[in-house]
Amino acid sequence: MATPAPPTSWRSRLYRLDLKASPYAYIAPFFLCFAAFGLIPLVWTGWLSLHQVDLLTPDVMEWRGLGNYTRLWDSEQFWTALRNTFTIGVLSTVPQLLMALGLAHLLNYRLRARGFFRVAVLAPYATSIAAATLVFVQLYNPDYGMINWALSAVGVERTDWFADTWPSQIAISSIVTWRWTGYNALIYLAAMQAVPKDLYEAASLDGASRWQQFTRITIPSIRPTILFTIIVSTIGATQLFGEPMLFGGGVGVSGGSAHQYQTLSLYLYELGWPSRQLGRASAVAWTMLLILLLVGAVNLLIARRNRAKLGG
Amino acid sequence: MSTLTTPRPAEVPGTARPVATRRWFRAGAGDHDKAGPVTYVLLGLAAVISFFPLYWTFVAASHTGERVAQSPPPLLPGGELWTNISTVWNQAAMGQALLNSTIVAGLVSLSTVLFSTLAGFAFAKLPFRGRNILLTLVVATMTIPPQLSVIPLYQIITDLEWGNQLQSVILPSLVAAFGVFFMRQFLAEALPVELIEAARVDGAHSLRIIWHVVFPIARPAMAVLGMLVFVQSWNDFFWPFVVLTQQNPTVQVALSAIGGGSAYDINQAVIMTGALVGTLPLLLIFAVLGKHIVGGITAGAVKS
Repeated sequence: MATPAPPTSWRSRLYRLDLKASPYAYIAPFFLCFAAFGLIPLVWTGWLSLHQVDLLTPDVMEWRGLGNYTRLWDSEQFWTALRNTFTIGVLSTVPQLLMALGLAHLLNYRLRARGFFRVAVLAPYATSIAAATLVFVQLYNPDYGMINWALSAVGVERTDWFADTWPSQIAISSIVTWRWTGYNALIYLAAMQAVPKDLYEAASLDGASRWQQFTRITIPSIRPTILFTIIVSTIGATQLFGEPMLFGGGVGVSGGSAHQYQTLSLYLYELGWPSRQLGRASAVAWTMLLILLLVGAVNLLIARRNRAKLGG
Repeated sequence: MSTLTTPRPAEVPGTARPVATRRWFRAGAGDHDKAGPVTYVLLGLAAVISFFPLYWTFVAASHTGERVAQSPPPLLPGGELWTNISTVWNQAAMGQALLNSTIVAGLVSLSTVLFSTLAGFAFAKLPFRGRNILLTLVVATMTIPPQLSVIPLYQIITDLEWGNQLQSVILPSLVAAFGVFFMRQFLAEALPVELIEAARVDGAHSLRIIWHVVFPIARPAMAVLGMLVFVQSWNDFFWPFVVLTQQNPTVQVALSAIGGGSAYDINQAVIMTGALVGTLPLLLIFAVLGKHIVGGITAGAVKS
């Protein structure tokens, strides 16, 4: 290839083909994979949701129209699961992101052993849902768990972290928060490091306190990143499955004796596999999609309003 | 002052601040951003909260089940670790599970890195019709939860009689939108267009350019992406749980059976040993490569 041969006509045609076609060849694996394992199954799930289908005889489909959806609407368990998904989602996402902001702010100072602290806050990220949940189940055990033991040392009475609604939801949220706070903190840290330092210089010359600098410079500057993490964590929260399932131990997919921490994903699994009703499970899946689209639209509206506010 | 201005060691090249800005910081930075004792105390507390559950997993795994189920719980390691490990090994197919997880996470990260780099390169540097729309589509697919396709996928897997086989877990994860986006962000900055043009003038076709120009430049980002995907794939739960059984599990599926309690007659210490054995390989990777993973997350996040 040191001295390129003079381009013959088939060569230049080949060259043009390479130029035109190769980009599509390179992106094809992603789109083929997404079509086969994401898009087509998604549409098929929608079709299934209009039928009655048994897990054991998936080829026998009986048309039900919107019957699966109206049945969901009338099902108390569905509303419980929806409410639980929402409350566990808020309980895990809000403290998680607030603490991540604080941590990122601390990590953004000039630090000794900075590498250590960064790796330390990220360590829970390397722990799997299953392992983390099993450990927290031990820590939250009402009889011999370390958390009740530590709380009793400061005079808080014994809490049943499994049976009661709020304690069990708080406990599950704490597992999610533990695993993801450090990850989000690093994302915020990256955004904070891109904020021009002269803004802070000017602010401190004007006598702004560190807190004022944080709320008036840092937060507004990294707003797009905050929005990004809110969207990502919201999506994650709507999918919660492993934590509530393994938190239940033996009762697993029912999400507690009174479904007190059953999420939509668990409900979907319970309908589809133990109850073998694929059509109803598909209806839950599509309801999740509609909720996500709704959340996405609301986020978009908020983002647009913020942008308008900044512009005006 | 040097701590502020040295680029993070793990940082992927091409994402560091321009030199001029850095010099400006050196001139302008006073003491106002230096960490005080309160910062160290709070960060120390965060580190303790991060590590304590992991430490306690180890402590619980080294005691008998009776001791773990007593209040107050043990705080220091005991001497039962090997007994518990052999129990877990015999009762929960842990060896098979570790092997399976290694195969799955290894193949998934290899293929994700390869395909993401190709697609990322096309999106970053090759002009073609529909590029922007297709890239937006890639990002949008990230928001679709796997639960939406699980039921048909399960039907397909059953039709193919692939239930309980590793390819059912590997195939749907061959390439990920996150990876494509990550590599595009990296290559958009790190790969000079002149290099590609020069290679084209020399008559190189695009596969040659990928092999001799793109891969060498993308290598650090490919390594980071590989690690991130490995961690994610190792920890994946929902789909493997649906499609695999205890005869041929990944680590997470094996752990779910131990924790579920009904499948085995196992005590609490052995459950914690399972958690420990399932987490240890990743924690070891993390201890060695943690800096780079941190660098990868921050580098990937800047422009998102």
